[in-house]
Amino acid sequence: MADVTLTVDGKKLTAPAGTLLIEACKSVGIEVPSFCYYPNLSLQGACRMCLVKIEKMPKLQTACTTVVSEGMVVTSDSDEIRQARKSMVELLLGNHPLDCPVCDAGGECELQDMTFSYGAAESKFMEAKNHKEEQQWSPVVFFDRPRCILCYRCVRVCGEAMDVWALGVQNRGVSSVIAPNKQDHLECEECGMCIDICPVGALTSGAYRYKTRPWEMKHVGTICTHCGDGCKTTLGVRRADTGMEIVRGDNRDKSGTNGDFLCIKGRYAFDFANHEDRLTQPLIRKNGKLTPSTWEEAFTLIGKKLADVRDKDGGQTIGVIGSTRTTNEEAYLLSKFARVVLKTNNVDHHRTADFPAFASALRGKPEATARMADVFSAPAILLIGNDPTDQHPLLAYQIRNNVRLHRARLYVVNSSPIKLRRQATNFTQIPAGAEGKFAAFLAGNDAAADGLASLSKTKDESLDLLALRGKLLAEEDLIIIFGSELRGSDIANIVNSASLIPGAKFLCLADYANSRGAADMGLYPDLLPGYHAAATSSQFHQEWGDIPQTPGLDLPGMVNSAEDGKLKALYVVGSNPVGRLSLDPFVFSKSFVVVQDIFLTETAVMADVVLPAANAYEKSGTFTNTCGDLQLVKKAGEVAGTKSDFEMIVRIADAMGFDIKKLIPFGGAMRADMGQSRGAQSGEADRHAVWLEMHGLEPKLSPLDPMAILDEIQRLVPGYDVSRMNLLAGNSEHTTLANSGPGVTHKPESILPANDTLFTSGTLGRYSRALNSVMESREVKTTEVAAD
Amino acid sequence: MKFSEEFETRFAEMVPHYPTKRSALVPTLLYAQDEIGFLSDEVIAEIASRLDLTELEVRNVISYYSMLTTKPRGKFNVQVCTNISCMVRGGEEILHHCANKLGIGHKQTTADDLFTLEEVECIGACSWAPAAQVNYDFHENLTPEKMDRILDEYRKKGTQ
Repeated sequence: MADVTLTVDGKKLTAPAGTLLIEACKSVGIEVPSFCYYPNLSLQGACRMCLVKIEKMPKLQTACTTVVSEGMVVTSDSDEIRQARKSMVELLLGNHPLDCPVCDAGGECELQDMTFSYGAAESKFMEAKNHKEEQQWSPVVFFDRPRCILCYRCVRVCGEAMDVWALGVQNRGVSSVIAPNKQDHLECEECGMCIDICPVGALTSGAYRYKTRPWEMKHVGTICTHCGDGCKTTLGVRRADTGMEIVRGDNRDKSGTNGDFLCIKGRYAFDFANHEDRLTQPLIRKNGKLTPSTWEEAFTLIGKKLADVRDKDGGQTIGVIGSTRTTNEEAYLLSKFARVVLKTNNVDHHRTADFPAFASALRGKPEATARMADVFSAPAILLIGNDPTDQHPLLAYQIRNNVRLHRARLYVVNSSPIKLRRQATNFTQIPAGAEGKFAAFLAGNDAAADGLASLSKTKDESLDLLALRGKLLAEEDLIIIFGSELRGSDIANIVNSASLIPGAKFLCLADYANSRGAADMGLYPDLLPGYHAAATSSQFHQEWGDIPQTPGLDLPGMVNSAEDGKLKALYVVGSNPVGRLSLDPFVFSKSFVVVQDIFLTETAVMADVVLPAANAYEKSGTFTNTCGDLQLVKKAGEVAGTKSDFEMIVRIADAMGFDIKKLIPFGGAMRADMGQSRGAQSGEADRHAVWLEMHGLEPKLSPLDPMAILDEIQRLVPGYDVSRMNLLAGNSEHTTLANSGPGVTHKPESILPANDTLFTSGTLGRYSRALNSVMESREVKTTEVAAD
Repeated sequence: MKFSEEFETRFAEMVPHYPTKRSALVPTLLYAQDEIGFLSDEVIAEIASRLDLTELEVRNVISYYSMLTTKPRGKFNVQVCTNISCMVRGGEEILHHCANKLGIGHKQTTADDLFTLEEVECIGACSWAPAAQVNYDFHENLTPEKMDRILDEYRKKGTQ
């Protein structure tokens, strides 16, 4: 739209026509206060805090509902305006309790800030305040009615942004009150958006309320460890007896791709980290019982046993199972450790998407993968399979709000009527398992349509399959998102079909926080990092030295081998195949089993040695989300007695007598300059350190520094050569698959979707009180069925 | 949930008059209340599903309008105006008189479920103040004696 020029406080500024005055002011650094205005939500004009004087308009106007126009002359601050704002604050404080010293929001409350800026110390109101007891609306949402200032942000974010519509306003005028959808309780997605967006302490969270004060915590913005979407969550930590305790997860840091969004898992399901069942010392099986031991004893035993098996029976008798929740650095190190130190290709992980097929289909296509941010801005989206509302909450949020704010066209093809159909331009229901046929049909195979037609139905307009295909192929910059229903040749089909669509991008959905990273880092029996085949020579064979070339055993292969008594040792890092993939735990009874985990899982109980691991909130490194967006993971919490998986792998390699310098590129020829040579100007040394860090040149002095492995990943894994500076600044950097290795074709049944809901999260979710309490509260009320 | 045929005809005729279904909410609620007497949970659920709204949205609207109620009322809803014109002409006296006679207060219902008393804002009958409205019928230029006669008549009608 054309630009208009206006004057605010004597400053000339230009903004696109249609911009709200409050936003135009913000763009030149003039802050207009407001409670009810919130970007990207509908306008309310309820709080009257943003009143400004506009020349030629009779009264003060609300800047949040006024659209800029040519030649407008605005005053944002004057005695008249300050007086108006003061009166508004006085009215708001009329019934607002003065319990700031105990209120959760105290210290980060917008009403507090406004009162300091505009409020009066005295009030004309003599009336007694109308007290109402606080109410618990759900396990995670509490409502303290007198604190509410009726800005309606919670109502709008729940309805418009989340499409849940669980909050409303009842009564009228001064007796207006925010109400939950089930009269005295909430039945919703429990995302907690209403709590974060509340400018005061009216809505508080069950996980955090009355625990601590905002200024007593350190706030660490890191990446959520649950699903594969890669939301940034800000963890509030404080010192505790056992190290650093995580007391809060929220959206204070809005710099992630998730912007305002977090689901229940990112916001509340950090609590598994504080669970009393955490392992905090190594366990060694003695006389058939797992017995607490020292780290020294454990590492010595593991090192000796694994070296013995490797030397006597050969590396092919050792199996390694990696994790979808460890960092890229740990996954890469494990992949390298297996090949270089254990001399085995028997490496696997819990696969939830066919990334090798995806990588192979996208070779040579640098612009063909979508970022999470693209999903919010693309003009059109095709979603095949999956139910993002449950399994990829951020993705669902991005899609929903792209449709709402940018009028994107959404085409949903699914076997069940998923919630996102409500945003869809077109919803086509196909029989379960026919997603692959749809991919083939899209690729031009008309015969494949036969199995699709039976259930086909559309919303709003009646499109038959042919018309739908015509519409899709006529789109531009279409993002095609698909779940694990599409595997192998289906993925090739869908990628090929889109070769006719200019600017088409793809997004392959996997279930865990670093499922993509585990795949990219080569936790496969036949693939090295970057989807290079283990069997054919690649740069890894040169860099890593003598590594086995015969493809190893996948998970079922390892089970068979163990049954035959051939698998002598199994090393499981952060994975629970017995619990999650229903393996028979007795299969490995003859093998020497080492498990690194944070809890005594079904897999850990059958191990010979169990090592207590730190979780992703307790270490540093990087995660790659399901779109391929690389982000920095920062250490927030700490539990005494645990070690990161990274450190444990290094120590096991060390205990096996391996030269650690060949595993981790640390130290080296570079002499560390800690700033001593730059004299008395200490600031200069600091600046130098920042410069070194952003260029990936800071001295890696320790073999336990994951950044040393990140150097190697960035150098060797295709697509990971991204801006280190941007990564360290907390932004996401997109990795592409264009230069990957050729990949391989895997059996479709090797993919086992996690099928997590909003309230489950693999083994981890079982240890989260927040998630469990929500599920328990639902079980009691099974008679009530949600509207959607 | 079943409504009368009359209601169904009205509803079917009304909905297409509006650009969106939800616009028909307030008249639908009024018709339903007239028929059932109040807006029960069942009525709310039915209307919500007919108009593609959540029950919460329907409740929000009901709670906004004082003429809509979710609690059962007596057969005759006596609404006495105490706004300025009626007040200066004795509206409050009429209200107190009704309260004493019926033995109930504001928004209360008699034990025999015949009368509900309500103090209401202006009903637009200022020229004939003080005025009261019983269900949809107006009674004007009231005095306590006239009010007595009116209530007795309703009682007779209600117990026949």
